[in-house]
Amino acid sequence: MADDYILELDDVSKFFGSVIALQGVTLRLKRGEVHCLLGDNGAGKSTLIKTLAGVHQPSSGSYRVDGEPVRFSSPREALDRGIATVYQDLALVPLMSVARNFFAGREPRRKLFGLLPVLDMHYANETAREKLAEMGIRVRDASQPVGTMSGGERQCLAIARAIHFGAKVLILDEPTAALGVKQSCNVLKLIHNARERGISVIFITHNVHHAYPIADSFTLLNRGQSMGTFAKSDITKEAVLDMMAGGTEIQSLVDELEGRAA
Amino acid sequence: MSAINESVTNMIPTSRAKAPEATTPTDERVRKLSPWRVLLDRPELGSIAGTVLVFVFFGITAGGSGMFALDGVINWAQVAAYLGIIAVGACLLMIAGEFDLSMGSMIGFAGVMVAIPPMYLGWPLWASVIFAFAGSMALGALNGYLVVRTRLPSFIVTLAFMFILRGLTLVLSTRFANSTIVSGVGEKFTSDPVVSALFQGTTLHWLFTALAGMDLIEKLPSGDPVVAGLPKVLVWWIVMAIAAGFVLARTRFGNWIYTVGGDANAAKNVGVPVRRVKVSLFVLTAFCACLFGVLQVADVGSAAADRGLQKEFEAIIAVVIGGTLLTGGFGSVIGACFGALIFGVVQIGISYTNIDSDWYRVFLGGMLLLAVLFNHYIRSRAAATK
Repeated sequence: MADDYILELDDVSKFFGSVIALQGVTLRLKRGEVHCLLGDNGAGKSTLIKTLAGVHQPSSGSYRVDGEPVRFSSPREALDRGIATVYQDLALVPLMSVARNFFAGREPRRKLFGLLPVLDMHYANETAREKLAEMGIRVRDASQPVGTMSGGERQCLAIARAIHFGAKVLILDEPTAALGVKQSCNVLKLIHNARERGISVIFITHNVHHAYPIADSFTLLNRGQSMGTFAKSDITKEAVLDMMAGGTEIQSLVDELEGRAA
Repeated sequence: MSAINESVTNMIPTSRAKAPEATTPTDERVRKLSPWRVLLDRPELGSIAGTVLVFVFFGITAGGSGMFALDGVINWAQVAAYLGIIAVGACLLMIAGEFDLSMGSMIGFAGVMVAIPPMYLGWPLWASVIFAFAGSMALGALNGYLVVRTRLPSFIVTLAFMFILRGLTLVLSTRFANSTIVSGVGEKFTSDPVVSALFQGTTLHWLFTALAGMDLIEKLPSGDPVVAGLPKVLVWWIVMAIAAGFVLARTRFGNWIYTVGGDANAAKNVGVPVRRVKVSLFVLTAFCACLFGVLQVADVGSAAADRGLQKEFEAIIAVVIGGTLLTGGFGSVIGACFGALIFGVVQIGISYTNIDSDWYRVFLGGMLLLAVLFNHYIRSRAAATK
């Protein structure tokens, strides 16, 4: 039973001084599923993913990876367990080339004259180009600066990088937040590709229209508390929308507007 | 609308024509850049253009004055080399997003660290040279440690050291030598074969003699070449520039320098040891400053409390003219070397012309302003977001 889940947070709370950021949240990520974490601003999504990523340690409750209790003291340790987080800032340097960004911190090297360790830029360029091509992004020249890429392409680059370096769990922090319709579509396709490869994904968003088509299950957060986890078969898009903070407000606004128009 | 459609349909066939490899589908959103545009994206471009401009200018105003005769060339090349050595260090540090304003004072301080022990404490010269390098690099490490530890701007931390070290230089020289100049070290250098071979005088004498023998370079009436050899400071500059350029472009550490300067937070998130990179670059700038100081003491034969005054700013100017961004993340060692060359040519060249040499600083300030504007333009292009 336990090994059905790759990540488990059990009754986790996180306090910052007197502020209760998370209160008794339980989240279970099945192997190879896309799990959507929904919530409005301030619902505690960021705290939750930072806890998963090893930035924060839970104040109470337990965190298990592959059924094994863990306590990460740094993001590096989470990364070593194959838990890769792609934050909104993407950790990309716009002025550096695609290949140099792709391999930043994990540069491939070869020996020059069998002696001097130098960057293997040929391998870096080829690999970066290939991996991006697999994600459906064609970069003719991996030595072009990342600054020339669009937001969606950058998002894909960051995800491709995480997958290339052996992520088993991908945590994506609002990957579609700043993107247009078409680019969001590309990112959703990318998430689907990742699932096909057996990677488990936690997809954070507040956009139900992006979440619903791709997700296998949903967890809703509201004011630091979980409103429950639902399989896609058990819940409709409208129900998800309703449950999200603001869902009812939007509905009443719609009613009001329609009432006025009528 | 129709105009857009037209331009799109026009664009696709041309891009296909330019990329005959039909196996990979061409992206209609990627266009081929002209070689000119590719060149324009290189950081060095501004400084190379500036160098050409400066040479043309002095070629016209001072062409017949001997500025471009061999001894003239060695003269300004030597000035450029001194500055070039510290510009190389400042360049890597600036790409990593930090400054070292203590470099100029470090030159003076390294000078007294070399000169005082053999003159007043009975040390052998080689020991004091090692002591100066070790001491400078330790101070550089302290600078770096304070910057990464406190997260204060390096501008402030190294500004403090600029004053501390300048003051200490004065205190030590007046205390030991009872003067702001510690003289007499020249003989110590000449009598130490190893230190002298490394830092003093010129090299490649045989080449210059041979060239003079073949009438390829100018000779004195005695038949000796007008210039005995290549000054060692030039050799050091070339070695440092090649080494730094290689590290930056070809090694993992170079990639870390770019990443740290481009976005320190991103660098941390991808596992680059940000602190270690920064501290080691502060050690490098201190090493470069010490090298400058030792070479100068060997050349002049004395150390003095005002050595290296304002050199930190000159180094920063050379680096900025060289196309390195003040904010870090982008730049070039070759560019910084051209920046230093511009300095040498202007500083020495102006005395070969009829122009009042008081204009030197005006000229450099103008150059700096132009370079910054140019770089700003390049950066806004390179980092253009859609």
